[in-house]
Amino acid sequence: MTEIIQGPRHGCALGAQQTVVAIERAIPILHAGPGCGSKLHRGLSLAGGYQGAGYAGADAIPCTNMVEKDVVFGGTDKLRDVIEGTLKIMDGDFFVVLTGCTADIIGDDVGSIVNEFREQGVPIVHAETAGFKGDAYKGHELVLEAIIKQHLKPAAQIEKGLVNVFASVPRHDPFWEGDLNEIKKLLAGIGLKANILFGYNSGGIRALEAIPAAQFNLVVSPYIGLKIAELLGEKFQTPYLHYPVLPVGGIETSKFLRTVAEFAGTISEQTEKFVVQQEDEFYHYIVRAADVLTEYRLNQPKRFYNINDASYALGFSKFLVNELGYFPIHQFINEDVPEEYKDAIEGYFKELSPEISSDITFTQDGGAIEDKIRSIKALTAPLVLASSWEFDIAKEISGLHLSVGLPIIDRLILHHTYVGYIGGLNLVEDIYTRLLSKNRE
Amino acid sequence: MSINLSQPAVELRESRLKTITGYEGDAAELLSRNDIPNRERSFTQCGSCSADQVMNLLTQIQDAAVVEHGPAGCAGDIPMRNGVFRTGNKRMGYNVHNVKYLNTNLDEKDTIYGGGTKLEKAIREARRRFNPKAIFVTTTCASAIIGDDVPGICNELEEEFGIPVIATLCEGFRTNIWATGFDSANHSILRKIVKPARQKQPDLINVISFEHKFLYESVFRQLGLRANHIVPLSTVEELERISEAVATVQYCETLGSYLAAGLEEHFGVLEIKAPAPFGIKASDELLREIGGIFHKEEEVEKVIISEKEKIAEDLERLRGRLTGKTAYIAAGGPLAYSIIALVKDLGMEVVGTSVWHHDQRYDNDDERLNFLRFGVETYGNFKVGVCNKQAFEVTNAINKYKPDIAITRHLATVWAAKLGVPSIFAGNEPTEMLYDGLIRFGQSIDDAISNPAYIKNVAKHSKLPYTDWWLKQGTYSFLRGEQND
Repeated sequence: MTEIIQGPRHGCALGAQQTVVAIERAIPILHAGPGCGSKLHRGLSLAGGYQGAGYAGADAIPCTNMVEKDVVFGGTDKLRDVIEGTLKIMDGDFFVVLTGCTADIIGDDVGSIVNEFREQGVPIVHAETAGFKGDAYKGHELVLEAIIKQHLKPAAQIEKGLVNVFASVPRHDPFWEGDLNEIKKLLAGIGLKANILFGYNSGGIRALEAIPAAQFNLVVSPYIGLKIAELLGEKFQTPYLHYPVLPVGGIETSKFLRTVAEFAGTISEQTEKFVVQQEDEFYHYIVRAADVLTEYRLNQPKRFYNINDASYALGFSKFLVNELGYFPIHQFINEDVPEEYKDAIEGYFKELSPEISSDITFTQDGGAIEDKIRSIKALTAPLVLASSWEFDIAKEISGLHLSVGLPIIDRLILHHTYVGYIGGLNLVEDIYTRLLSKNRE
Repeated sequence: MSINLSQPAVELRESRLKTITGYEGDAAELLSRNDIPNRERSFTQCGSCSADQVMNLLTQIQDAAVVEHGPAGCAGDIPMRNGVFRTGNKRMGYNVHNVKYLNTNLDEKDTIYGGGTKLEKAIREARRRFNPKAIFVTTTCASAIIGDDVPGICNELEEEFGIPVIATLCEGFRTNIWATGFDSANHSILRKIVKPARQKQPDLINVISFEHKFLYESVFRQLGLRANHIVPLSTVEELERISEAVATVQYCETLGSYLAAGLEEHFGVLEIKAPAPFGIKASDELLREIGGIFHKEEEVEKVIISEKEKIAEDLERLRGRLTGKTAYIAAGGPLAYSIIALVKDLGMEVVGTSVWHHDQRYDNDDERLNFLRFGVETYGNFKVGVCNKQAFEVTNAINKYKPDIAITRHLATVWAAKLGVPSIFAGNEPTEMLYDGLIRFGQSIDDAISNPAYIKNVAKHSKLPYTDWWLKQGTYSFLRGEQND
């Protein structure tokens, strides 16, 4: 039995609509209830740093808005009409039909309707993404799986240096667009061409269709994207590199770049020069911050909680321990992590550094998180890297709170990123700006 | 009309108010009939659902808990509702805290074996965690289709806990008209929270609104009235006592029709029978009606004169700047009609309106509440399309009319901006009411029109997700029975 949820964060599998909206000129088509699309847009995009509608998101998303008579008589005719209307009205290159709870419970045969259009040459796929199947991370994988199985064809030729990146989940992780573009820039520095698939200037359907031509797939996350990389391996024999730590800051980013360059076979004097130069610049600024970072009158938060998805919780924990000399108190992983990955994730937190490890709790329930935090006596006022749900509990324990995980309703996020060298600097600036404004304003 | 409080489910707007969501014509025709059949569309975009609007009210009660029985995605609205709740409390100087909400997180197994056990557990947890004065238990498409007995579970726990545990039935598929969600929430409050008056309080007036308690304050203070703002930011105890007010005033039939009529029928609280206070004439009429009921006729006349004096200079300035400018209005039924009054009072022209739905009658069937009639009689006939919040229709219409300003609500304003049309969002906090509200609203329009630099930049650097073909078609050509090329 899944647990109940207080402080909802990661939506449901139909949140896959956000993945589709992030593909340039792609149009999601929902076969779902009338409120699903709007709620998921608000929960995942609006509450994720006010991301806006995107090209064809929010109230522009075509939807069958299933009502009672569809529940009783089935909604496939309505779906056919809405797809036909979409092809006339919406200006798109690629169409993805996603089903919600209502359609999946009553068992509408969506596949055969979608096939009618595919046979006419329409670039269209479908995925069963009923909300009860899991959270929006699950939905993200379901929709990518559908695209791979139903649309992609083997490449005539492998393009050396082309790498598909599966990292921050689009329009769900509030920093996805900044993160993906930062990874793209970093990979360019070691001679690779990143196919980031989502967001500004990512290429839309051409980028999707180029997936099988990649030299390899790169999964940058403790587990999200692994299934996709495995599927691509089976279908197109593309190898993959799994780098479980989202790289934040100097140490981790350099390690990441060297690992990737080694795997890709691009490692050379030139790539090494790039890494060293970037790292040097990062530490230039870190050194400049020393007066504030070693200042103890401001009640420095030397201990931390992360309340976030596995990827950010791990990336930030590594950074705080190894770059800033902080100590972990306890970390909370708040998405619906599949059982099979939990041991590995616990293992990553056991080795934050050779000497320092952190206990973690997997829970989607904000109430359980608050209970646990209340049960811990903190030695100093801690840093709480969390979501907007944690304003109150952070205050209760006199912590320093920064919204860095969904939902973020107190920040406007455009291209901000916490990935790479620049991401590490951003995190330091954000934490200490918060500390200073709290003390000085 | 009669408000039937005997069943957990509210009677739907389709049958109760003959509400329609598809229509093209004008205000005069809508007024002349109350039997216009609804017209469906062969293409639709994401709408909204009644479960969403239920949360708009119930999560905003300070000390009530809400348990939503559904998959986690149904909670997608909750993070922003929490934001609205915290902002409301902050503005009022109240204790700022999170909404008291739990979701049962239905999974695939629950859809096969039922989610009743989980629901019971969640309701018990809601009681333990929040120590609420009442618990609202809401339904969703999934929980309703699998057939969990939500009222049965609520009744058992209500007896055990000794606080109201209220089944609020609002599954999204049940109605085409998402405003029914307001009725479901208000139905639950009327059925289970409001208590008969111990003693009427002669200076107390209920104000049905969202999280903007301060709006009528200055006028009511001048009249010696105390305002009881409901439902958002209220406590359960305050809601129990709304029966003790003399009268209820509201500003939007979509939101308040059911609650106001229910309070009148079942608790003897009069509904103020006057148009909502948008624009000068409606504000005069509403205040005079309030004056009559509270025996403050003279005081009201003084307030009207002084409020008008206060705005006279600004109004003249704004009229000078805005006269002849054109507006397109897209909002919920009665509110869109109300905005017309503002726009007209500012000397502007209304080129068209899109309303989300149209109620062909109100719960209190009194013509004085009919803002559409008031609007037509005061300001003349205007075009109306009933569009169920369909962005493709609104975008098409704005593109056709190319107004100086688009005034929208609930819909993303970015679509008008992409057309290069300055757009303002008539938000959930209608600060445009009464005399000073007209000035605030006029200033917003003037600011939006006078320096449209941002809008022009947006238009220059973006593209709408619609085909050129669609933008050339008739706005309502996807209503069934219509033709497009």
